[in-house]
Amino acid sequence: MATSANDVEALISKGYEAGFITDVESDTAPPGLNEDVIRLISSKKNEPEWLLEWRLGAFRHWLKMEPPRWAHVRYEPIDYQAISYYSAPKSRKDGPKSLDEVDPKLLETYEKLGIPLREREILAGVAVDAVFDSVSVATTFREKLAEAGVIFCSFSEAVQNHPELVRQHLGSVVPTADNFYAALNSAVFSDGSFCHIPKGVRCPMELSTYFRINAAKTGQFERTLIVAEEGSYVSYLEGCTAPMRDENQLHAAVVELVAMKDARIKYSTVQNWYPGDEEGRGGIYNFVTKRGECRGENSQISWTQVETGSAITWKYPSCVLTGDNSTGEFYSVALTNNCQQADTGTKMIHIGKNTRSTIISKGISAGRGQNAYRGLVKVAKGADNARNYTQCDSLLIGAKCGAHTFPYIEVKNPTARVEHEATTSKVSEDQLFYCRSRGISQEDALNMIVNGFCREVFKELPMEFAVEAQKLLGVSLEGAVG
Amino acid sequence: MSTAPTANFLPEFERVAAHLPGDARVTERRRAALARFATSGFPSQRDEAWRYTSTAGLARRQHSVAIDAQISLERARAALAAAGAWNGPQCVFVDGIHRADLSGAVAAAGLRIRPLAAAVAEDGRIDERFAGWGAGECSPMIALNAAFAADGVVIDIADGAKHTDPLRLLFVMTADVRGRAVFPRVIVSVGQGSGLIMVEQYVGESAADGFTNTVTQIHAGEGAQVTHYRLQDESPKAYHVGNLIVSQERGSEVVSHSLSFGALMARQDIHVMLRGPESSVTLNGLYMAEGRQHVDHHTRIDHFEPGTRSEEYYKGILGGHGRGVFNGKVVVHPHAIKTDAQQSNRNLLLSKDAEIDTKPELEIYADDVKCAHGATVGQLDEDALFYLRSRGLEESAARALLTYAFAGDVLGRLGIPRLREDLAARIAGRLPGAAEFLEAV
Repeated sequence: MATSANDVEALISKGYEAGFITDVESDTAPPGLNEDVIRLISSKKNEPEWLLEWRLGAFRHWLKMEPPRWAHVRYEPIDYQAISYYSAPKSRKDGPKSLDEVDPKLLETYEKLGIPLREREILAGVAVDAVFDSVSVATTFREKLAEAGVIFCSFSEAVQNHPELVRQHLGSVVPTADNFYAALNSAVFSDGSFCHIPKGVRCPMELSTYFRINAAKTGQFERTLIVAEEGSYVSYLEGCTAPMRDENQLHAAVVELVAMKDARIKYSTVQNWYPGDEEGRGGIYNFVTKRGECRGENSQISWTQVETGSAITWKYPSCVLTGDNSTGEFYSVALTNNCQQADTGTKMIHIGKNTRSTIISKGISAGRGQNAYRGLVKVAKGADNARNYTQCDSLLIGAKCGAHTFPYIEVKNPTARVEHEATTSKVSEDQLFYCRSRGISQEDALNMIVNGFCREVFKELPMEFAVEAQKLLGVSLEGAVG
Repeated sequence: MSTAPTANFLPEFERVAAHLPGDARVTERRRAALARFATSGFPSQRDEAWRYTSTAGLARRQHSVAIDAQISLERARAALAAAGAWNGPQCVFVDGIHRADLSGAVAAAGLRIRPLAAAVAEDGRIDERFAGWGAGECSPMIALNAAFAADGVVIDIADGAKHTDPLRLLFVMTADVRGRAVFPRVIVSVGQGSGLIMVEQYVGESAADGFTNTVTQIHAGEGAQVTHYRLQDESPKAYHVGNLIVSQERGSEVVSHSLSFGALMARQDIHVMLRGPESSVTLNGLYMAEGRQHVDHHTRIDHFEPGTRSEEYYKGILGGHGRGVFNGKVVVHPHAIKTDAQQSNRNLLLSKDAEIDTKPELEIYADDVKCAHGATVGQLDEDALFYLRSRGLEESAARALLTYAFAGDVLGRLGIPRLREDLAARIAGRLPGAAEFLEAV
């Protein structure tokens, strides 16, 4: 692709000389990444100068970085010059005209998950007016939020309407040079969500990207920033159980959470991107950086994730416990089937005094799936009375899958108490036989066993999410036994 | 790219090559191992396996490779006495070189013990058993040992020969030369249905600041039973890097005890390969660090075959500015079903400047297995301390007693009573206030 990248460079630098925006009509930037592409993204989004500089700074760092190779995953190297880094939000007109045009396999899955017809249309990107009914629903939600003083909008809107808030917090938890993918995201992020909960406000509803009007097509480099001011509370839901239609293979999102004094953020994710086919062809690479900082005293951040999709998942939602008495939690279910690979876990960085963290990780491997838990519990010198409890369990289904555990524990304070436990087990023939003898079908039996295994995590999910997640595991495990 | 850090080992090799045992073919193998070391140099902290342990101190210094051991008999005897009396068979090495005059004869049916230098001279193929380990994919430290191994011991046990009398290998580091570097190699082959109990002990004169880089390789034949003790108690200025590589056949049982008290920087790698079905291994360990000591244990157990079993039990006590590192990896390969692997690592932090970095890892590629690991970091129980104080024990004595008790269950696993007593006294000696309660018990 070197030639085309060079051509593009030539083209763009030429355009720049002439006043740059010669290519306004084009909705998509040609493949390749250089400073001019970043200038293009920034100018298309009408961003202030400081944000452009911030992006460029990230890009210059990225050029010096190497993709991480330590994860327990295998894939062909990615050609970053072959990706197009800007495409204008597509209009719904481009989507299928009706559900009849949608891939029947996808529809079958929706059916199994029991997704209402309207939602199926949204998810499949169907361009029918009916879809826009949901817009009015979303508008009602917006009014309610505005009443409470909560800002919840797309990242681009936030840059235009609340630049001071964005500038204050952007990159304060995940610095631009944090890691290869975070740097890439910082340079080229397309859009995402911004959420600000003012002091003392308990957000009146669970926030979900699903209800944000322009949630669709935020692109592959999503950026989320949530700031919870003193004494506030918010529960945020990301993703949904239904498989999303998406053409981009590489996803490198960044999520930053900031919890001030006495604030509490609960962040729940259900990730079900396309995992590729049975032979491992295609599928999304999900390389995500998620980190929250408990900046104030007594603050709390809780991550709950159900990861069933993507060909490769590389994701470590973390908590930096800076404030005294702050708490970090991580509850995770990660499932790999067929040829899926997951290297996921968390980091708990104890800095403040009396900080506590809990990690519950459940990994399920089936087919030829490879599932790794990788976690870090770090207790800094000044973190008196820090407390961590970690439990990570793996369930193996089938003889060709793999389950791996790489927990790092670093303790520099003698008053810390850190415990780590891990177990590995399989779904045994005896368990299945017992259920079968009670008249339960093979598949239902497996579902029951797997859901029992994940119960501790599911109970952390908002109720309706939990119900969906249970169904989702069942669908994702189809064909794993017998 | 700067060149890999190799200290002065490349010129050192030219200086000593002619004095190292073996013919031209062996020298070629040594050169190949040295080339391997030269490519990578001392591992850096960018290497995952050396993430928490710096080799900068080793890479900086001028080393002087030992090729002979000139030390008066009186001094040698004093060093021996300090290592603890031993009535059984033993081989003594001074600066890595075998000393027949200190060792005494070892004779038993089916047991053959030869100093490495002699074995290489008389058996043209013996080098394949030691240089072979340094030429292929191996750590730079093992390659360095393969290049410089000047002496050591080769132990062969015939099929069906059981030896219940523990054999001690005692390595003494002298303070004669600054930056002494010694590279012992121990090669043990235990035949089908045979048994061996061996103790590897490393001590040093109090001013010795040398670098010991040792490799022990044990092959346990079908149904063989091997118990290996490793006591590292070098001088507080010394650098110690040890490798233990164990390969096990069907039904064999190996027990390893690794106790680490000495050296400024100590690193122990234990790699067990369960190559035969139904083979089992137990790894016990205790490490203590105080002052500026750094002690690192890396263990790896590969379960290659069905029905294999491993149990690992390591404890650490870190005080002063001491730093402990533990990395325990268990790999269950495809087809190694019915594997049972248990691992536990517990650490006690006694001071505000102590540090522990622990990483218990599992890599599992088979489904019908039972694997579990646990790791804890904590301090002495305040309630227990209070109880002991209320019984009239001084604060320091109460702390010492509880710390001693923490180490106690690892000691309880040692099968040689004499050794257990010596080590109990050694541990108590490091705990301020221990004298008081030891008098009481």
